[in-house]
Amino acid sequence: MTEVAITGVGMHPFGRFEGVSTTDMGVAAVRAALREAGIGKDGFQAAFCGTAYGGVATGHKVLSRLGMTGMPIVDVEAGCASGGAALMLAAAAIRAGQYDTALVFGTEKMPKGIIRSSFFEPWQEEAGLAATPAFFGLRAQRLCLTSGVTKDHLARVVVKNRRHGVANPDAMYQKETTVDEVLGSRVVCEPLHLFMLCSPNEGAAALVLRRSDLAVPATSSAPSSPVTLAAAVLRSHIPGPVLSESTPLAGLASDAVPAPTTLAATAAYEEAGLGPSDLDVVECQDTDAARELLSCEELGLCEPGGSAALLDSGATHLGGRLPVNPSGGLLSKGEPLGASALGQVVELVRQLRGECGPRQVEGARTALSHTVGRGANAGAVILTR
Amino acid sequence: MRVMVRDGLFADADPPALLGSRCGACGSVHFPRADACTYCAAEDPTPIDLSPHGTLWAWTAVTAPPPGYEGEVPFGIGVVELPEGVRVITRLTESDPASLREGQPMELCVVALHRNDDGNDVVTYAFAPAGTASA
Repeated sequence: MTEVAITGVGMHPFGRFEGVSTTDMGVAAVRAALREAGIGKDGFQAAFCGTAYGGVATGHKVLSRLGMTGMPIVDVEAGCASGGAALMLAAAAIRAGQYDTALVFGTEKMPKGIIRSSFFEPWQEEAGLAATPAFFGLRAQRLCLTSGVTKDHLARVVVKNRRHGVANPDAMYQKETTVDEVLGSRVVCEPLHLFMLCSPNEGAAALVLRRSDLAVPATSSAPSSPVTLAAAVLRSHIPGPVLSESTPLAGLASDAVPAPTTLAATAAYEEAGLGPSDLDVVECQDTDAARELLSCEELGLCEPGGSAALLDSGATHLGGRLPVNPSGGLLSKGEPLGASALGQVVELVRQLRGECGPRQVEGARTALSHTVGRGANAGAVILTR
Repeated sequence: MRVMVRDGLFADADPPALLGSRCGACGSVHFPRADACTYCAAEDPTPIDLSPHGTLWAWTAVTAPPPGYEGEVPFGIGVVELPEGVRVITRLTESDPASLREGQPMELCVVALHRNDDGNDVVTYAFAPAGTASA
């Protein structure tokens, strides 16, 4: 089968940027990725743009500004997994022989505060049931009841990721925090305090995908041995779990139905021909502190119920056996929906190239990224080098 | 006058009831009432009223008004497990998480959300700790 390489990556930092438009950020990220890949206007045959709040023709506006149109440009919305969905489509098209090279990017400017999502019906808003942090809180409570997770564990996830984020110039928060500070921030929805929730924000990320056999361009600043995209999978949910990201009004009184994250990860491991024990570094969805721990369980990084012990072991810290969110995660970077999944992949490409300086995972060769959000949509991406 | 936040979700009666359905093919129970079984896709599930009694499975409180909400905060929100084998997302009448416990008996009630522009009280379903719902 045709293999897919990532020959260029670019980012616009995640944060709040007054006066900078969704298009401006996309332009910056796309320019950087194309420069790394050593290609220009005619260097790619299709573009896929992840965005949830960007509006009509977000991708077209970015590429119009760069004078690069004519090829198919497809905007992709899949909630928090929008970028992962765009990546899956691009990779599949290259594997199928449709294109040699494709551009994948995501760009987003999120409203401030609790995200107002068109996912909810008006009556759900009126009844107070469009309270996204409450669903995170309920899920966190269930994790505490079933996995021995405590508020102290939740705070320590934040402390870990914020410590990682100090060394990431693309992160919104580049300042450490403490358990006391996290637990001293106001309660949003028990057991979650304000510092345990990521901030919706702004940013962009871009990648150039290319058939592996064509992946060494004549003129390029990118390393000569590109990163291979070993799997890019998107899955939706199977109904049943009442606190799934599908956000139903009811579910089954059963815990046997696999989560969308598990469906995506299982398919990604199979596609890449490896398993969780082969991973060197992971970027996972940490919309809230409990979500990171649950993600570790659903991705098979530990046994079900084992996420507290995994955190306690130090394995998921930089320098540990399997660092999780060395970029600082969404808890440090914030979450611009259309860009967040690709931001993870950009981080992992740089990790596999050994470009991450103080936050480098030494000798990283195999990496997994994961996003999950409303829909439900779950994305899992595996990179190797 | 009082109006339901959405018709077809619950019966505003004494006692009230959540309006669900049961799949004739796989037996799964749905809330709200479904056009097709959300689990097996079989058409035309049978309408049923769900039990007004259940047990508390998860709970928290909302401390800041979520988008589009005009009622008071804090308010409770949680998951109640019903004997039909379903877990239902619901408002709770109790907004102090510390006063609730897992497995606690709960009962269905109808609560006011806010007064709308027409001067009507908008009501929705909620669960209360058993024995407190008539308040």
